Amino acid sequence: MPVTTLDGHEVHVDEEGFLTDLSEWDDELAGVLAAQIGLTLTDEHRAILAFLRTDYAERGETATLRRASAGSGVPVKDLFRLFPQKPAKKMAYVAGLPKPVGCV
Amino acid sequence: MTHRAKAAAAGNVVVLGAGTAGTMLVNRLRRRLDDSWTISVVDRDDAHAYQPGFLFVPFGGPTDALVRSRHAFVHDGVELMLDEVDRVDPAARQVLLTGGRALPYDYLVVATGSTPRPDATPGMLGPQWRRTIFDFYTLEGAKALAEALKKFRGGRLVVHVTDLPIKCPVAPLEFAFLADDHLRRRGLRDDTELVYVTPLDGAFTKPIASGRLGSMLTDRGITVEPDFLVEEIRDTTLVSYDGREVPFDLLVTVPLHMGADLVTRSGLGDELGFVPVDRHTLQSKADPRIFAVGDASDIPTSKAGSVAHFSVEILVENLADLIEGRPMSHSFDGHANCFVESGDRKALLLDFNYDTEPLPGTFPAPYVGPMSLLKETRANHAGKLAFRWVYWNVLLPGRPLPLASAMSMVGKQTPEKEVHHARHDS
Repeated sequence: MPVTTLDGHEVHVDEEGFLTDLSEWDDELAGVLAAQIGLTLTDEHRAILAFLRTDYAERGETATLRRASAGSGVPVKDLFRLFPQKPAKKMAYVAGLPKPVGCV
Repeated sequence: MTHRAKAAAAGNVVVLGAGTAGTMLVNRLRRRLDDSWTISVVDRDDAHAYQPGFLFVPFGGPTDALVRSRHAFVHDGVELMLDEVDRVDPAARQVLLTGGRALPYDYLVVATGSTPRPDATPGMLGPQWRRTIFDFYTLEGAKALAEALKKFRGGRLVVHVTDLPIKCPVAPLEFAFLADDHLRRRGLRDDTELVYVTPLDGAFTKPIASGRLGSMLTDRGITVEPDFLVEEIRDTTLVSYDGREVPFDLLVTVPLHMGADLVTRSGLGDELGFVPVDRHTLQSKADPRIFAVGDASDIPTSKAGSVAHFSVEILVENLADLIEGRPMSHSFDGHANCFVESGDRKALLLDFNYDTEPLPGTFPAPYVGPMSLLKETRANHAGKLAFRWVYWNVLLPGRPLPLASAMSMVGKQTPEKEVHHARHDS
């Protein structure tokens, strides 16, 4: 897996730029990743990221929008407001998790 | 001492659901446990469906013998009860039937599957349901769709996945390929716009599969509408949460999937009613005496018959361990093995687990196959058709199938090996 440097942070990423080593992620890096896709993190964003991280650690799979909404209490519509256009991918990217995938 | 050992030996296992997973489980468990243990399985009806057969029904495939009596496939030493379950009371360690009767258990296995829920999307069950909106995950839906396809003379045919997880996650893709083939044969393909709508970022999402198979859709002229999460259906238009609209003349949708309502009523489910379990032992995170197998659990692999089969083998050994007083010794790796029909009497074969994405190669033996992984072949299609016989006669009765429950890397080409082979060839 390629190594890249983002604002002084050296991280392992896949071909699409998603982090591949969960342990390299922290709150500060989240801000850096968010900036890469033009987002400025607020407490609303951070609450969702916190749920995604905990959920992934427990289940080994990135939560769907529906599950992220149920787990964080943020309505799906607001996920689209907070992470515009492709919230599922963007949330995973900023949370340092794999993008949601199918079986193939 | 003797008395205590005897008391510890007698007990019972109750299984909820006599579908693919539940039936395989009780039959294998019956052979594995001694007669002092009773095994009961509860289902609300006596109709066991061969679900993989539904895919072909809309295109004129056979509808006979797709549903058979559950009794015929449950071992004589297992009690099959046809009854409605109200809920599980984990604290009292019993299952409550709607009639008021209680079934105590030492171990409980939830195998109640997953169910398409068209009622979960506003507008899906409206006046267009089974007029222009169809599903093929139920036999009635697949039959109704067959009639609609007969009358179809071209227009916008939209194949749609509401959300994940769904059972047999490749089925909507197979449907799109078969529809393309079907319309071509009828001379209607040029008059049909075929659109595939998915909440994911593409029809193929794993890097090696997308690289090798990505062109399967463009080659067939199928348009993909990615990252589309439906909020509602307005008359004959899919509307997403971010306001995109996909109109259709004929919609073939895979509705939201949920676990059984009894799981939710029992407080054992997640937000969709699937049972959170340890992904390696299938033990409920809420109660060590409860397990979930097959589509009913929340394990991060495909909801598929092959997964049910491989994980049942692990679960039988682990239940035997617990019953005989040992810690659980087996661990499930998420192994799945799925055929993907691609039209023109060809199919692909996928083999993967929690850690390894679908790779190319041959299966089950290296180089000779006879089936090819991640590649369209006639042999794979023959394998898919033959599987129906294997299902009723080998899998459900719990007879051994010469396939290991753990995924094998034998015969697979890893990305490095692929490069290596390419160099050899050139």
